[in-house]
Amino acid sequence: MPDLTPAIPEIFLLTMACVVLVVDLFLRQEQRHLTFWLTQLTLAGLFLLTWNGMQAGTVTTFGGSFIRDPLSDLLKLFTYVVTAGVLLYSRDYLRDRKLYKGEYPVLVLFSLLGMMVMISAGSFLTLYMGLELLSLSLYALVAFNRDSSEASEAAIKYFVLGALASGMLLYGMSILYGLTGTLDLAAVQERLAAASDGARVPILFGMVFVIVGLAFKLGAVPFHMWMPDVYQGAPTSVTAFLGTAPKLAGFAILLRLLVDGMGGHQADWGQILMLLAVLSLAIGNIVAIAQSNIKRMLAYSTISHVGFIVLGVMIGNSDGYSAALFYTIIYALMSLGAFGVILVLSQKGFEAENLADFKGLNESHAWIAFLMLVLMASMIGIPGTAGFIAKFWVLQALVESGHVYLAVYAVLMSVIGAFYYLRVIKLMYVDKWERDRIPLPASDPGNVALSINSLGMIWLGLFPGVLMAACLAIFAA
Amino acid sequence: MTFVQFLFYFFAAIQILAALRVITVRNPVHAALFLVLTFVSAACLWILMEAEFLGLLLVLVYVGAVMVLFLFVVMMLDVNIAEIREGFASYAPAALVVAVIMVIEMGMVLTHRIFNVRPPLEKASDVSNTEAIGRVMYTDYVYPFEIAAVVLLVAIIAAIALTLRRRPETKYQTPIEQIRVRRNDRVRLVKMKAEKKESGS
Repeated sequence: MPDLTPAIPEIFLLTMACVVLVVDLFLRQEQRHLTFWLTQLTLAGLFLLTWNGMQAGTVTTFGGSFIRDPLSDLLKLFTYVVTAGVLLYSRDYLRDRKLYKGEYPVLVLFSLLGMMVMISAGSFLTLYMGLELLSLSLYALVAFNRDSSEASEAAIKYFVLGALASGMLLYGMSILYGLTGTLDLAAVQERLAAASDGARVPILFGMVFVIVGLAFKLGAVPFHMWMPDVYQGAPTSVTAFLGTAPKLAGFAILLRLLVDGMGGHQADWGQILMLLAVLSLAIGNIVAIAQSNIKRMLAYSTISHVGFIVLGVMIGNSDGYSAALFYTIIYALMSLGAFGVILVLSQKGFEAENLADFKGLNESHAWIAFLMLVLMASMIGIPGTAGFIAKFWVLQALVESGHVYLAVYAVLMSVIGAFYYLRVIKLMYVDKWERDRIPLPASDPGNVALSINSLGMIWLGLFPGVLMAACLAIFAA
Repeated sequence: MTFVQFLFYFFAAIQILAALRVITVRNPVHAALFLVLTFVSAACLWILMEAEFLGLLLVLVYVGAVMVLFLFVVMMLDVNIAEIREGFASYAPAALVVAVIMVIEMGMVLTHRIFNVRPPLEKASDVSNTEAIGRVMYTDYVYPFEIAAVVLLVAIIAAIALTLRRRPETKYQTPIEQIRVRRNDRVRLVKMKAEKKESGS
């Protein structure tokens, strides 16, 4: 009988997801908010369970296929927070679009379970299963608005390319399995280290496939093609989820596979990641300038942020990993806020998804415009915001490890990227309010969660110590 | 090259060619047939590696399920059944080729012992691989096994969420109303005067 205590959050989540699914069957449409609050209660319960289970050191169970360590705890806690935030922001949006159904929170909970499995994965098998659970739920969520042809198109694109990426990842894993004869990541690490020189080419072959699969899932150039279309086509509430929480899980599997599984070949995968990062920073920042749809713009912005995260991992020392972890968490929170603003501004029959819709926002919704200003400033990386600390830390780690040119390049690209974030600020504060374009007052102007989310970016920018210390402690050993 | 290696490359080549045909043929029915061939070749490869349980499972589950898939293709893609019937003769060669290759493959696997070749891998223990899978499925691999179950559950939920819709125009029975119905709801006794019989007729 395996030790179940480290997996209690997962077991609790699975149970509650099934409870929500069954309870929802007995509710009428006007009672649907019960499903919603039960989901939030589940997330709160998960937070408490994981928080209570936190301890130093690594615990493995289920024969090594499940790992609970400080990294998994931290990432899981932020995944819960982000998921709860997305659900909170998207409530009115879903209700206005007749998507307020019981299956929606259930699918979100199941994809959360997939992310938790990924974050805690200790073997190729569980990692892949978690990824499939997440992807399958997300495909369904993207297609959730089945009357929209755009959403269906996005779902098909996401499904086909996602399946291709899964296939690549699986192929790479099968090659590595063939070389090592084990699925367990810790054992893979040992056997790869002990492998003869003749095995280097096959190992690289498998590694390349694994990295291609990961890059697809994370959205790093040149495997980013699905992102703009899926971000734009999916319902905004789904885009908000798709663009935030899965990145935390994606970061976890990047570390688990490359650092835990193939740590001895850092020199090899470091070069591949460097190329991915350089391309992502360029394409993400430059192509975003040409976008007129803010969801599409944020997709390219995601690509450029992924570039920064990959840069941190590429360095291959504990400082780089800590910086990348910090960046991933901050990115997820910033992105959550930005999509939150779009969700709050969207009304029945109106999607605030074009940049033009933000014209003169300051005149009609001064507070929301201010929150968006903070978020955009944080995405640029203006000092005083969390985005600055995140970028600064990655750049510092780059310089200290001798990659000065990469640091200069990343700064240049960030400066280019600042243009399109500043354009949003300019539209909101300088341009004139066109009466017929601006919607009615937002449904919930004093959306407390959104305010906390955005102002949190300033708070984390001024007092990043606790989170930074937590990120450092994880990789200090 | 040993005979086993020859068999491996033979089945692998058939599998790759069949998989290529799955995505290159225009006709969905042909594609489904080539998919069957791909699965059977994979099953042969597994049996060659003495994983006979998995090989048989593949044939039973996939080849069996693919026939359902095949039917779905015919029904969902709005393929005219009459047209398919008309062109049955044109499918026959493809079907025949697939069938013959499958038979030859199976025959080769079943009879390869007469060529006196050794198994490619030494058996790890004296238990059959069905028993070996049974031993670890719910113990060492219970965690991935449970996740696989959740993946299937999600597939069900997603499929229903994306396709279920209320159709008010569809007529359907409500059993509970049928059971609770009383005689008074359906039968109405009407009092009326008895009519006099007309005398003329």
